[in-house]
Amino acid sequence: MKHRKPLARPAAAGLAAASLALAAACSSGGDGGDADTYTWWDPYPQHADDSAWAERVDACGEAAGVSIERTASDTTDLTNRALLAAQEGTSPDVILLDNPAVSTLADTGMLTTADELGLDVSGVDENLLAAGVVDDAAYGVPIGANTLAIYYNAEILDAAGVDPASITDWASLTDALAQVTDNGDKGMTFAAIGTEEGSFQFLPWFWGAGADLRDLDSPEAVAALELWTGWLDSGYAPNSVLTNSQNTTWEEFLTGEFGFALNGTWQVNSAAEAGFATGVVQIPARDGGIAPAPTGGEFIVAPVQSDAERYDVTRRIVECMTTPEGFVETAETFAYYVPPTAEGQESLLEALPELEPWVTAVREAKGRTSDNLGTDYPKISEALWTAVQHALSGSAEPAEALGQAQADAEAALG
Amino acid sequence: MTTTSVDATGRASDGGAAGPGPAAPARDGRRRRTSAPAARRWTAVGFAAPLLAYLALFYAYPLWRNIELSVHDYTVRAFVQGNPAFVGFEKYAEVFAANAFGTALANTAVFTLVSIAFQYAIGLALAVFFHANFRLSGVLRALFLVPWLLPLIVSSSTWAWMLNSENGIVNSVIKAFGGTQINWLTSPDTALTAVIIANIWLGVPFNLVILHAGLQQIPAEVYEAAALDGAAARQRFWRITFPLLRPVSAVTLLLGFIYTLKVVDVIWIMTTGGPGDASLTLAVWSYREAFGTGQPDFSPAAAIGNLLIVIALVFGFVHLRMQRSWEES
Repeated sequence: MKHRKPLARPAAAGLAAASLALAAACSSGGDGGDADTYTWWDPYPQHADDSAWAERVDACGEAAGVSIERTASDTTDLTNRALLAAQEGTSPDVILLDNPAVSTLADTGMLTTADELGLDVSGVDENLLAAGVVDDAAYGVPIGANTLAIYYNAEILDAAGVDPASITDWASLTDALAQVTDNGDKGMTFAAIGTEEGSFQFLPWFWGAGADLRDLDSPEAVAALELWTGWLDSGYAPNSVLTNSQNTTWEEFLTGEFGFALNGTWQVNSAAEAGFATGVVQIPARDGGIAPAPTGGEFIVAPVQSDAERYDVTRRIVECMTTPEGFVETAETFAYYVPPTAEGQESLLEALPELEPWVTAVREAKGRTSDNLGTDYPKISEALWTAVQHALSGSAEPAEALGQAQADAEAALG
Repeated sequence: MTTTSVDATGRASDGGAAGPGPAAPARDGRRRRTSAPAARRWTAVGFAAPLLAYLALFYAYPLWRNIELSVHDYTVRAFVQGNPAFVGFEKYAEVFAANAFGTALANTAVFTLVSIAFQYAIGLALAVFFHANFRLSGVLRALFLVPWLLPLIVSSSTWAWMLNSENGIVNSVIKAFGGTQINWLTSPDTALTAVIIANIWLGVPFNLVILHAGLQQIPAEVYEAAALDGAAARQRFWRITFPLLRPVSAVTLLLGFIYTLKVVDVIWIMTTGGPGDASLTLAVWSYREAFGTGQPDFSPAAAIGNLLIVIALVFGFVHLRMQRSWEES
């Protein structure tokens, strides 16, 4: 047998092929089954491994006696990856998830309820917890909340003679916009892009008119959309809002040309550093009072594991993130994330009293998936932002666009 | 067995001297006839195996999975739990019946055809221009490749800024010459035009490179002969360059067609298919269904994707058929 057999080469090549296939199969099946290592996914890739946030995550792992392996990716990607991981049975122990996605993931059965995990969620503000409640069961805890309000450029308002305190309803806001534009400045910028961000920014006006997401073509809803189209038609808002994301909106505001911008808590730092004096007013409801703005922010959720013994440590990690001190620490790490409990909010205001308008806004805010909309919300939202796009671009009248949206939403929900 | 060996190229050689007896060569001869080709075949299969495994893993499986997705009702829940209901062609029927279908199909046709028509025409004009090989032509040609080298997110965002209604440079130029503001990306009348313009700009380098390479293949003697016969530049182009470039043109157009058919990123970044559905193409629609909303709808997205594959395949076959008829003629 000193000569090579004819089959040796095909066998070798076949082996190579088999190992290739095997390698591919193995790489998708890596289960994080290590008892001392807990996996953690969050949507904050901007916070690197040496950031304060990463240290905080590590500290919570150490307190629970384990090490945490953190992976960060952006929000949309995170939701998709969570779904894939659940399908493969390789879910991480903890995910920080954008709140409107919680009900969708909960519906798949891939998340544990707060009861299963042994979490006490009684202290959390009901309006904030609601985004994660499906059929009376709470899935996860909000680690903080943010929402929308109207930033203004104090210099432009002064020049136009507008008193921000006078803005209490839609009519007074529109008057203020008219004064600002008459004075030669630009009125207001917001994001009406054809994505979830567009719906997010439209909802305060929609809810502020008294409209309901189950009834997209109500007269109240039409009034809200007419408010926006009216601003565009009168030149109070730029046409580019149709393609504006919230970031683009903010960049427009930072040019100093706009009197107002609709934006969120996350811009507080940036507003303080702007080249002009800024301030914040609450989004007015149609006939006065504060309109409910949608809540933003992440929930901390625990996906179902095959090994139920892991839950105990997972619970301790989650609790570490959600103590009143923990909430305030998160709020500060994240440049202004309002704590979801009354206790946490008080502690935050003691430390940073200037955040008072934002705490008020968050208390008034409303979850997008609340009112038991749950997994129906994404479909309704898509119909809604499409209607906003149609109306603002002039391809349909507001009433017509919303009528179509209601029909589309009903068709999508079956 | 120790006396019969097969060398590296598969040729059998008899070790006659050490052979066990007179009958051995005959038996060996028979074995040689059957085993050597079989071994060769196994060798061939063995060498092809990595490629076959690769094709199965990265081509056949995804394709099969896409078809599987499209004939089941994959809600998010069914996706995770792995128990989708089989619905046959229901998702395809839903796609065909959707309001967006007609718009998306028409937009896809306009987007693809107009894009490749301009890309090809401009690419060919530039290729002929650079074929003259003047000074700096190499440098200039390299500059024309820049759109190709830029990440799409960069070039698409730049186009979106340039075409911005209020602050875009295009509108400020138009206004400087006394025109009125055009809402490129935000008006349903111009959004498709705007994304086509950006896409043409992106596709020109590809056409330029391939057609320029094709021009190098045309023998210089043909041009010399034509020049001697007194053919004008225009005649040389239409009677020599264009016909001789036909096979290269066909490949360029086919590849351009398939590339353009599945463009998502440019449109998504510039308009997300909007306003409304004004710049929605089939590929963007598929992406929107699967990843553009908070609620992934993989089944209709896969159905639209399969539709695109079929369209691309049809044009691929048309191309093959055309090529065969040219070869025959």
